[in-house]
Amino acid sequence: MSMRVELDEPKCVASGQCVMAAPEVFDQRDEDGIAILLEERPGEELLDGVRDAVAVCPAVAIRLVEQ
Amino acid sequence: MSRTPAEAGRAPRRVVVVGASAAGLAAAETLRREGYDGTLTLVGDEARAPYDRPPLSKRLLSGEWEPDRLALRAPADLDALGLDLRLGTAATALDVPDRTVRLADGSAVPYDGLVVATGVRPRRLPGDERAHVLRTLDDALALRDRIRPGCRLLVVGAGFLGAEAAAVARQAGCEVTVLEPAAVPLAHAVGERVGRVLSEAHREHGVDLRTGVAVREVTAGGVRTADGEHIAGDEVLVAAGSLPNTEWLAGSGLTVRDGLVCDAYCAAAPDVYAAGDVARWDHPLFGTSVRIEHRTNAAEQGMAAARNLLRPEARRPFAPVPYFWSDQYDVKVQAYGWLRGHEEVAVVEGDLSARRFVALYRSGGHVTGVLAAGMPPRAIRSWRQAVATRATWQETVENTTAAAT
Repeated sequence: MSMRVELDEPKCVASGQCVMAAPEVFDQRDEDGIAILLEERPGEELLDGVRDAVAVCPAVAIRLVEQ
Repeated sequence: MSRTPAEAGRAPRRVVVVGASAAGLAAAETLRREGYDGTLTLVGDEARAPYDRPPLSKRLLSGEWEPDRLALRAPADLDALGLDLRLGTAATALDVPDRTVRLADGSAVPYDGLVVATGVRPRRLPGDERAHVLRTLDDALALRDRIRPGCRLLVVGAGFLGAEAAAVARQAGCEVTVLEPAAVPLAHAVGERVGRVLSEAHREHGVDLRTGVAVREVTAGGVRTADGEHIAGDEVLVAAGSLPNTEWLAGSGLTVRDGLVCDAYCAAAPDVYAAGDVARWDHPLFGTSVRIEHRTNAAEQGMAAARNLLRPEARRPFAPVPYFWSDQYDVKVQAYGWLRGHEEVAVVEGDLSARRFVALYRSGGHVTGVLAAGMPPRAIRSWRQAVATRATWQETVENTTAAAT
């Protein structure tokens, strides 16, 4: 079983909170700050940061789903 | 006196979270994530499943989004938490010695760990039962139903909520008048210069912004000001700030002072924590007690309170760098830190008059806040570091000036 990250881009408000929580998994576009998913299937060691990102995203735009 | 489960080193088995919005849900989710497998009761006064509030004055109000987009969690994710979910039921009283929360349906829920996340409600005005407020999804849907071209909308209060709603209504073709008691909208929050720049955007978009106007009451056909003037309107939105929902804590022995008063660990009493808009706590970074009504803080504080509740022996002070954003017309405003009560503002990038700038805020000798408007959103993140590390004002602003020359 692996975990997959889903980013609902239209919901993103460009806060950058995910980048601070999990910099290996998320980045922001230069022009408008919308989040970019760098790693759709992050390794186990990154999942805690992703869970933090899910929790702090002010737009509820990130979801972590079991595969 | 008997020791609490936490003091005795025993893990809690019955946790109650009162408040089922962003902070309460984050607390519940974190408890499960951290391995808590006991009874977890989530109490909410609204009947709806937990939903997100910031879009209420933005994309939900404009009609771009429908309510289903606001769900804080997918139903399956919510189910997976294994909650004892009590929605549509307000908490009415807290008995701390007896460790019981009383609910409006007459039931009493025992706890050995409690998170208070009851949020805030709109401040009311006399006569405003005929006016709109904007806190719940139902509030937003009721207002959205009335927003149409030609409708004369009076917005009482030019804070972020009022400003966002005014922008949406204006873009939908309403004739919008905003009434604000202060001379400069948002001055207490972002300073006079920045407040003036942001309010100019409203005037440019055809909003009739009247400052120095205090509203005394809502009438059948508009509002009456403190000076006795009557201003006519078809709809009135009261956006005059909020009050923390702490009445149900009366008689609990907990300290309430514009919010539930907590220590630096978000604890109001042994095994009683608070999170979100309702919580006032000693912020280690700013050396003052703060209560923060920001969406991001609700989630972060819910997480922090849950962790400290579960592991008091490894508890950590809650010292976040607050963050908020606001969308007004085509300008996105973002800020980090504690801007209130600041003593000085310096524009370090861009140009105020062009509405593209980064401004730093000083309290004492330190950088305590940064606000950006119309800038690429990641531009502000490097300045956030100055707030997070309590950088000295002198070095930060001097270095900036040196770099710019």
